[in-house]
Amino acid sequence: MSIKTPMNRVLGLGSAKSGTEHWWAQRISSVALVPLTILFLFPFLSALGGGYEAVRAAYASPFNALVAILFIAVNFLHLQQGLQVVIEDYVHEKRSRTVMMFCNTLLCGLLGAAGVFAIAKLSFGA
Amino acid sequence: MADVNRGDRPLSPHIEIYKPQITWVPSIVHRVTGVGLTVGLVLLVWWFFAAATGPEAFATADWFLSTWFGQLILLGSAWALCYHTLNGIRHLFWDAGYGFDLANASASAWAVIIGSVVLTGLLWVVA
Repeated sequence: MSIKTPMNRVLGLGSAKSGTEHWWAQRISSVALVPLTILFLFPFLSALGGGYEAVRAAYASPFNALVAILFIAVNFLHLQQGLQVVIEDYVHEKRSRTVMMFCNTLLCGLLGAAGVFAIAKLSFGA
Repeated sequence: MADVNRGDRPLSPHIEIYKPQITWVPSIVHRVTGVGLTVGLVLLVWWFFAAATGPEAFATADWFLSTWFGQLILLGSAWALCYHTLNGIRHLFWDAGYGFDLANASASAWAVIIGSVVLTGLLWVVA
């Protein structure tokens, strides 16, 4: 039970401690993903189903590799941002919310790093 | 949040009680496709990681994608990506202050739905 007055709660930005930064960061990653998705799909779709050598050849190109790295990195940033909002909306119990927020950030970071590393290794020559 | 006493005020009815409408259905589908794309992204990382590991590891990942289950995930991810991207652009227009009136919002909702199916078909033919 909080003894804060409603005015105090509003002025202190409630329990979130922040305003529009998260929303704005989400828009930035969204805008970045539009061209990245288009640029990523061309080499990816031509390599998909073409076998190991086709994939190596596609990502030997520095441009394709860089686009793929950015695509993966920004996607996992955007996923982390999006899942955070979903957790905030639906998980109200404090402990499970904290655990899920923690796992979300950790797993998105881990998978994003794995993807970036894999594409770099693939491009530099496995 | 949790320590705020909200009393016994009535809760607003949730989505299952409302008639499906073109204004809100695309909104919840946007969220569902966003969460669902997690599967596609994890699969993509596995695919790249396997390719970086070597031919044998890549053959396993490639084989999985060729199974009916793998193909189903691919098709679902392709549509979810098309939908989430198109509807995301629609949201960005709204954020910039355009097309938020009812007539335009309904028209763009249908455009996104039809566009996502057409685009998925195109991707499937190209790939």
